[in-house]
Amino acid sequence: MAFNLPPWYSQWKKDNPVSYRGPVILLVVGFTVFLSFIALMVYWSYLDPRSIQTGPRGTGMTVEKFAYERNAPIPGVADYYTEEAYAPEGDETLASEAYENVQVLGDLTEDNFNRLMLAMTEWVSPEQGCVYCHNEENLASDDVYTKIVARRMIQMTQNINENWDGHVGDVGVNCYSCHQGQNVPSNIWFKIAPGLEAAEGWGARQNLATTQTVSTSLPHDALEELLIEEAMIKVHDLEPRVPGIPGQGDLASIQDTERTYSLMNYFANSLGVNCTFCHNSRAFYDGAEVTPQWATAFIGIDMVREMNSEYLVPLQETYPPHRLGPKFGDAPKAACKTCHKGVQKPLGGLGMIADWPELVGSGAPTYE
Amino acid sequence: MAEYFNIFNQVQVEGPSEWGMDNGDGLAEERGGQPWFSKWAGFLGNAQIGPIHLGWFGVISIITGTLAINIVGINMLAQVGFSLSEFIRQLFWLALEPPSPEYGLRMPPLNDGGWYIIASFLLLISVMTWWIRSYLRAEALGMGKHVCWAFASAIWLFLVLGLFRPILMGSWAEAVPYGIFPHLDWTTAFSIRYGNLYYNPFHCLSIVFLYGSVLLFAMHAATILAVTRLGGDRELEQIVDRGTASERAALFWRWTMGFNATMEGIHRWAWWFAVLTPITGGIGILLTGTVVDNWYLWAVEHHFAPVYEGDYGYEAYSGGN
Repeated sequence: MAFNLPPWYSQWKKDNPVSYRGPVILLVVGFTVFLSFIALMVYWSYLDPRSIQTGPRGTGMTVEKFAYERNAPIPGVADYYTEEAYAPEGDETLASEAYENVQVLGDLTEDNFNRLMLAMTEWVSPEQGCVYCHNEENLASDDVYTKIVARRMIQMTQNINENWDGHVGDVGVNCYSCHQGQNVPSNIWFKIAPGLEAAEGWGARQNLATTQTVSTSLPHDALEELLIEEAMIKVHDLEPRVPGIPGQGDLASIQDTERTYSLMNYFANSLGVNCTFCHNSRAFYDGAEVTPQWATAFIGIDMVREMNSEYLVPLQETYPPHRLGPKFGDAPKAACKTCHKGVQKPLGGLGMIADWPELVGSGAPTYE
Repeated sequence: MAEYFNIFNQVQVEGPSEWGMDNGDGLAEERGGQPWFSKWAGFLGNAQIGPIHLGWFGVISIITGTLAINIVGINMLAQVGFSLSEFIRQLFWLALEPPSPEYGLRMPPLNDGGWYIIASFLLLISVMTWWIRSYLRAEALGMGKHVCWAFASAIWLFLVLGLFRPILMGSWAEAVPYGIFPHLDWTTAFSIRYGNLYYNPFHCLSIVFLYGSVLLFAMHAATILAVTRLGGDRELEQIVDRGTASERAALFWRWTMGFNATMEGIHRWAWWFAVLTPITGGIGILLTGTVVDNWYLWAVEHHFAPVYEGDYGYEAYSGGN
């Protein structure tokens, strides 16, 4: 049965044309808003931010992490190579007796010495193997520069584990903590200041997006000045009123403050945390309002200063040119991120000296 | 029928261009430029562009201001070795920095703050002559001087930051760098260096007036727009001859919050809130480092820094994980 509209209706429609523009726009806009809302909800639940409280209520002391940050694999954990020590029975040959030119690790039994040498290739030069440091013709020879560096690095590792347990605790460090399978550890640093031309003083040492300033315009000489030259990190006056001109004598200037801020920003980014992981931001310097991690970090600053001044910088002459800094030809240096690599506990707090009593200190190892 | 709104007009009435008053005694003489009409300007305000009165002070202001900006820009360009691509890439990071602290109030070398001093001096002349201009133009038109005194309150803050405080501190290094991110770094470092500016009562007042200005602006603008169809946008007529628009606007606020400003008084509220923002802020900055070196400890001394009870460290809140 055919259905015909009554003629009066068709006539009425013709006389009263309707514009659908408004409703169509409304529907499209409304639907877009609705879809965006749904998309945001889905995205938010994917991000799933969580806070870790780090201080008293009301101080805003939290560290926020998105799901992808919480669930990210910790660098290096999956590929870590380790092997338990061979407990000596007392009649083994020592490395110093078995081999020539063993200046460190001479107290190790031959088996344990070779066990450590093997592990070092896994940690530092898994592709090149022994020849990365040793002359194939004569393993005792010191004519490959990396062997001299490696020896010094073993001493540095032992020093860290022996004297800096305030920072590294019982977890300790071994070569893999920083190297993680690479000849040169990631996140080493070189001098870059002054990074700007045509200027002197503070104007040349800040206001440039660099890795060391984590892309801020803060001073890019912070690591160099505060971790090598050991300039004062503290910037606050501990009295409400203090005489003097900032930047002259011991009184910190605003520029000094920016430099400290630059270092602190590097700190936070090296560990994947924020200011309030250690500080109550209302009084950054107040020792009564800091977390236990502040003390760990404080010791870490002195540890890094010693590592650089006693071990890394003096190797300057040992390195071939291609290992030196691109700008000033300086020796590669370490700081927080060289080991932490973006996580609060390097390798998730995996015990790095558990299997390696040889690296616990400079003396003869004690096997359990 | 076409509709008329205060913003985003659908109609623009365009007649012969308006030249403004002439008192026959030179008032119109220094007015220059052939007026023209811009449809896009008309969407936002008056469609007529020009004529403009520049005058000697305007000319001096524009020349010195342009020089100052060029000194800043060319210094930035020189800092990246005159590489245009680096200049664009690092533009938000670059800055012309004040002298290093060791120069105190002496004239430093050009490449360590000398250019900064020169640019600041030119900028000072530019801003002051522009202020004189805003005063003289108001006088020529027989107006009150409200605009230039409000401008002066902003200049007060500008002078405190770049002139008064550095002199009191004895070092040009205390001045603010000319750069996008660097001046923000300065602001943060200034607060951190002097023990947290949030404990500075004048900083508090400045924030109150700043947020208050925003609130008053929104309330007043909303009220006037809401009674525009009753003639409320003719505010001046409503001040001297109150009509139904004013009555309703007043009644609305009295009903909602028990109090209403008057059609005239609301503008005094807004003016004073706006003007007090930089005045109080400037006082707060002037006192920092000169009278008080650590605002947090000052707050402790004056018993208004609260004590928070509770443990520090995430172990206390996460069971040690």
